[in-house]
Amino acid sequence: MEPEESMAVSDFLIKGNLLKQGAEARVYRDTFLGKSTIIKERFPKKYRHPLLDEKLTHRRTVQEVRSIQRCRKAGIPTPVVHFVDYTSHCIFLEDIVDSVTVRDHIVSTQQRPHPGPTLEHLAPLAAKVGQIIAKMHDEDVVHGDLTTSNMLLRTSGYVVGDAAELSLVLIDFGLSYISALPEDKGVDLYVLEKAFLSTHPNTEALFQKLLKSYAASSKKSSAVIKKLDEVRLRGRKRSMVG
Amino acid sequence: MTVVIGFEGSANKIGIGIIRDGVVLSNPRRTYITPPGQGFLPSETARHHRAVILTVLQEALEQAALTPADIDCVAYTKGPGMGAPLVTVALVARTVAQLWGRPLVGVNHCIGHVEMGRLITRAHNPTVLYVSGGNTQVIAYSERRYRIFGETIDIAVGNCLDRFARVIKISNDPSPGYNIEQMAKRGRQYVELPYTVKGMDVSFSGILSYIEEAANKMLASAQCTAEDLCFSLQETLFSMLVEITERAMAHCGSQEVLIVGGVGCNLRLQEMMGVMCEERGAKLFATDERFCIDNGAMIAQAGWEMFRSGQTTALPDSWITQRSEFTSAGLLLSGSTS
Repeated sequence: MEPEESMAVSDFLIKGNLLKQGAEARVYRDTFLGKSTIIKERFPKKYRHPLLDEKLTHRRTVQEVRSIQRCRKAGIPTPVVHFVDYTSHCIFLEDIVDSVTVRDHIVSTQQRPHPGPTLEHLAPLAAKVGQIIAKMHDEDVVHGDLTTSNMLLRTSGYVVGDAAELSLVLIDFGLSYISALPEDKGVDLYVLEKAFLSTHPNTEALFQKLLKSYAASSKKSSAVIKKLDEVRLRGRKRSMVG
Repeated sequence: MTVVIGFEGSANKIGIGIIRDGVVLSNPRRTYITPPGQGFLPSETARHHRAVILTVLQEALEQAALTPADIDCVAYTKGPGMGAPLVTVALVARTVAQLWGRPLVGVNHCIGHVEMGRLITRAHNPTVLYVSGGNTQVIAYSERRYRIFGETIDIAVGNCLDRFARVIKISNDPSPGYNIEQMAKRGRQYVELPYTVKGMDVSFSGILSYIEEAANKMLASAQCTAEDLCFSLQETLFSMLVEITERAMAHCGSQEVLIVGGVGCNLRLQEMMGVMCEERGAKLFATDERFCIDNGAMIAQAGWEMFRSGQTTALPDSWITQRSEFTSAGLLLSGSTS
């Protein structure tokens, strides 16, 4: 990377619109090569040792790009990577327009009055999420940070409850890695389970739907689900002192 | 005015504290200290607690200048923790409650830490990092329940530190964590260690295996000093803790952090958390070793909240549990929000 180009990246960030500051990156929206683009900048974290910070930031940028490419090759919907700058740790990603996070979608669906139980309206979505994660795991991609905030639902042409039209996009692969171990995939599901249930109270049945669909879609699901059961029993749930 | 006495003995500390409407009247404590290279075993820890508990009880009453007649309620740690020490302390609590004719209330140990932290720091609605020898959790209060957003998927951070201390024979007096903290101040070289964050969860067992395997070899070949290892271990573990706390804050939109639990009195952890909070425009609350480390007053405080909201524990229900009742579905403590 030439220094001039690196400077150009920071220019981009200055004139781009800061969308949000997450826990580990700032996210901007701008136009890049004529397209609406999301720029994800991993900025230095001052609380951690500079050597550790550089190592983590670099590794996560690399991992994110690598996993996105691998998913895309396998036909799993993720944003297109337009450009990467490893000096300033910026990734230029396709802007998924007309989309909401699955989190916001679930919350708004739960709040809206419906005829019949809410679960029925969300069940096709849960099944779709299970399917996509199964496909991703079959490619040996472990996401590392599965939450309903890290899944986008395209809203154009989508009618609540219509499974055929559901279009999901997975994002935020910073903690991802490649692994074929059922253990790693089991922990991936465990992380999702906890994030899901703590973010969306009283959705245990919905999450079961998701797992069922995962089990049905993945070729290697039985070992993963077995590990998931094991992981649930670890840590504080096994014994807890202090 | 409501006066509550709290009995805590879920691990190697035995503490009895008395609280009158948010004021700590007394809070004496004893610690069972094992030789370097050794941890504490349940039966021996229980024996230690049995030997000192009545002395500590007398101290608590004397320091508070109260008699049993002044006590309104007896709180004790119901769990989670080590079975034998919990049984010992619960037995004494049950006995005095019957002798004095006062109601009992069983308290969740984790809630004790959180409630004490809130009382001391006046934090309003914080994201709580609870870190000790047995627990590592990021807790936030939402929809009328304490919910766990992130936690360790294997061993606790304090357990990782304690077991590392045993590997290189660091003293357990006053605590292994304190001695690691002091040695880390003299560490210069950063040794790369595994770093494992999974979403809002962390894993420490890999780091421990790695350092257990490598530590003595590295020390023998003079690649680094014991101080460097202490320094590097703290930097790595605490970075992981700050990272998951920040993730939980971003997730919940919270602007306050409260650190509780024994590891919470580590000043380097507090410093790192402070830097993170500053960058986010958030506020950090932390306490010192009197209230971070297991103590009786925290059980009294959570007991006070429960007693005031009408919750007591009937004698047949006054059992203990080694496990946590805390699930993703949350734990209800009514009357605890202000």
